[in-house]
Amino acid sequence: MLVFVIRRVLISIPVLIASTVLTFIIVKLSGDPLQYLKQRHPLPPQSLIQSEEHRLWLDRSWPSQYWHWISNVVLHGDFGPPLQGHENVRTSVLDALVITARLVFFSVLIALILAVITGVVSAVKQYSFTDYSTTFVGFLFLSMPTFWFAILLKQAGIKFNESTGTQFFGTIGERSIPITDTSFWGTIGDIVGHLILPVIVLGLVGYAAWSRFTRASMLEVLNSDYVRLARSKGLSPRRVLVKHALRTALIPLATVTALDIAALLGGAIITETVFQWHGMGYLFLNSLNNHGAGGVDMNVMLGWLLVTAAIVILFNLIADVMYGVLDPRIRHA
Amino acid sequence: MLETRKTSVEDKPPAPAERPAGRVEREFTVKERSQWQLAFRRFLKHRLATISVVVFFLLLVFAFVLPHFWKYKYNGAFIPVTDLNQAPSLEHPFGTDSTHDQLAVVMRGTAQSLKVAFIIAFVGTGVGAIWGVVAGFIGSVADSALMRLADLVLTIPALALAAALAHRGGGSLGQIGLILAAVSAPYVARVVRGVVLSLREREFVEASRALGASNIRIMVRHLLPNTIPVLIVNATLLVAAGILLETALSYVGFGVQPPDTSLGLLITTAQGAFDTRPWQFYFPGLFIILIALTVNFIGDGLRDALDPRQTRERR
Repeated sequence: MLVFVIRRVLISIPVLIASTVLTFIIVKLSGDPLQYLKQRHPLPPQSLIQSEEHRLWLDRSWPSQYWHWISNVVLHGDFGPPLQGHENVRTSVLDALVITARLVFFSVLIALILAVITGVVSAVKQYSFTDYSTTFVGFLFLSMPTFWFAILLKQAGIKFNESTGTQFFGTIGERSIPITDTSFWGTIGDIVGHLILPVIVLGLVGYAAWSRFTRASMLEVLNSDYVRLARSKGLSPRRVLVKHALRTALIPLATVTALDIAALLGGAIITETVFQWHGMGYLFLNSLNNHGAGGVDMNVMLGWLLVTAAIVILFNLIADVMYGVLDPRIRHA
Repeated sequence: MLETRKTSVEDKPPAPAERPAGRVEREFTVKERSQWQLAFRRFLKHRLATISVVVFFLLLVFAFVLPHFWKYKYNGAFIPVTDLNQAPSLEHPFGTDSTHDQLAVVMRGTAQSLKVAFIIAFVGTGVGAIWGVVAGFIGSVADSALMRLADLVLTIPALALAAALAHRGGGSLGQIGLILAAVSAPYVARVVRGVVLSLREREFVEASRALGASNIRIMVRHLLPNTIPVLIVNATLLVAAGILLETALSYVGFGVQPPDTSLGLLITTAQGAFDTRPWQFYFPGLFIILIALTVNFIGDGLRDALDPRQTRERR
């Protein structure tokens, strides 16, 4: 088992290195960082552009720039200077990550619980009314643009707040600024209030895919020989379902969940934009057009893509290992 | 898969009144059906999928034919000021926005989404299929290199990748379609490679090689056609995802740029006036859902039809 894990870890190291190269190329292709300067009227002095190019290492060749960036990240944990201002790029990426992680974590939690329940029910009662309606709802959420649903929910939240005269649902940002009630429970309540709606939005994105998946996986297991054997031994239907069928059916779900993390991070970009969270989505979109001023905030984007790629690779690794742990057939194959 | 032909017993026996002398013979006559005919019958049993095909066809008419007959154009002259931002009426069934008739604009947006869908379906799956077949068939170094490349692309969220690429190259619908196709291709490649890995060990490939077929011939004539069922199913899923991705891209500002329009862009402009002019928000959204939903259902039906192993219980 240990050998299996170590081998998987070793395989993912070159993948991570290669993905840093790929992200670097993407960032280079996505635009000129100093566009905001070069677009200005009147054009700023050439010396300013040159000194900015020098500061950001843009006057070097691509391989040299890449090497400079990656060696600073690895050796000093330094993600390079931002395009403008003095904020530390690493701090801003990690701060944003904490905010987004909160959103993604609770969304995954809600989505998994709902997906397993409805998936199992619709598999057990195949072709019943419940099955058809949950299938339809699943497809509906799969076909709904995340931002459209998010805007709808946000408006509903605002209406609710207006009609009750409270601030129950936070619809802007990840917390109130400034927080009105600074006590411990007040802060928690504020954060939870801001979490509910975005978590529902992002949760339903995961739910739609995973409930379909649970249903398919559960059906396959329910039709298998060993479940028939368990039934014919005279075990209670409940025991067969929970102890025998469900445990096996959840194995593929565990890995799919881990593999879908990239899609969830993408969905988080949209959800955060609608609810104006200052998480990874906000950071990425603003790095791409330098807060609307033009130009690519190269180092922020590089840091963002690096952290995201590392997370996705880590979750792929977890999926691999988890599959090996949960299903011994894979390990020995 | 396609090499074999299956036969199936005629489902409906002739009506009793019409049974002539040759009755016994008829009852036992077996009609030969090709694999595709069987698949077609299985598809028709998926009712939602069959309905979706009809709806999808209607959407095509709505997007590409109807604009020629509708009196307002999405890019035509502005409508009279008194008609701006009006709720749906007989004159403007979908209402109006601050410049145009909303029905004309939604028709244009639907057409845009469908065009993106076709680009992803043909370019994305085409590139992905070749990618996967070459990787799976040649194997060894080429396989590792091509598949690691696919893995790498998949480590970046599709939306982020598309936004980064569209930021510079973007603007026109064709470019965005191609970017989305490029983002989807690795998914197809991964699936197709898996199929090819098992196909290339099969007897018909061996036979063809024994007859002296070249690698290219084996790939084009034997492997590629056999991946088509898997390819079609995955194409529909990717198309549905791609349509949503295009609208999301518009929402974050890296999609189709004005003065042209798309459904995502319409929703983005409408969100500010949600309270006062909700029709500008609902209609584009409903059409996105309609397109993606029909494509998803068609994909589900095709999966039942073309890959019966996955749904052995739907009879």
